[in-house]
Amino acid sequence: MSDEHSVPHDVTPLATYIIVFVALAAGTLLTWFASTIDLGWANTPVALVIATTKAVLVILFFMHVIHSTRLTWVVIIGSFVWLGVLFVLTFADYLTRSWVIY
Amino acid sequence: MSVAVEHEDEHLHHPFLQHQFEDLGQQHEASTLGMWMFLSTEILFFGGVLCAYWIYRVIYPEAWAIGGELQNKLAGGINTIVLIISSLTMALAVRAAQLGRRRGTVAFLVATLFFGSIFLGVKMFEYHAHWQEGLFPGVRFTWHEIPEFAPKVQLFMVFYWGLTGMHALHMVIGVGLLLWMISRAWRGHFGPEYYGPVEVMGLYWHFVDIVWIFLFPFLYLIPHFGMPHV
Repeated sequence: MSDEHSVPHDVTPLATYIIVFVALAAGTLLTWFASTIDLGWANTPVALVIATTKAVLVILFFMHVIHSTRLTWVVIIGSFVWLGVLFVLTFADYLTRSWVIY
Repeated sequence: MSVAVEHEDEHLHHPFLQHQFEDLGQQHEASTLGMWMFLSTEILFFGGVLCAYWIYRVIYPEAWAIGGELQNKLAGGINTIVLIISSLTMALAVRAAQLGRRRGTVAFLVATLFFGSIFLGVKMFEYHAHWQEGLFPGVRFTWHEIPEFAPKVQLFMVFYWGLTGMHALHMVIGVGLLLWMISRAWRGHFGPEYYGPVEVMGLYWHFVDIVWIFLFPFLYLIPHFGMPHV
């Protein structure tokens, strides 16, 4: 209570948290609204882009990754790269099975 | 002599500085990095199940569209907002700890506990409704409004119960961790130089929020369009 003057330099300003929260709430409403319009094939990519944007906001600001060390960045990016490998190789199998004509 | 020096040295240490670390900054970095290592296993765990979900979604698009229509979108939407609010209060609890505000830390942690409990309450309401509708996989699965799709809708519900169930289990564990952190914050353990446990607890809570950010559109919303109409 008495130590506003000795604040560590990496304390996120209150305004940043509020802005991120408003963006997340807006994203939730947007993803719901987008799901009520028939965009054909585009419904899925739109929902994915909104969800990914929300996740990146949470990771960067709520989880303070924007101030984290490079080693932490390596761990986080590495885990998503491996998740990408999991998806790409699995889909490379399942999506190409119908290509084979006997 | 050296023993006496070491002994003297110990009194200069922060009571929560573990002896293997040089200082609290190094300890804080190590705990954050360790938590991210754990979270990467969690990313791959939920990611693996979601990969299976997407494969079956491609194979059985009609059943996934029907499954999405069986969900309570209002309950899911309210829960998404509730969880985002709890993430905000969790972030503010970490901030209060960083600023050495003991009562603020406790208050924001209690608020996080409150919103987390609301989420679980709404989820139980949804589970109860699905159970009544015969949408629990196995012998209790009695849904047959479109008989030719019933087995595949049951598969969708396996993913629904599995994914939301694992998510809810993480929430219950988070509630336990919150009670622990509330007790420690109340006893005045945290301050500007030592707030690692609240920060790491926050990382866990935000991760669980991120999982729900994906589960909400996947299970409740996007199955509806871009699919052959049933």
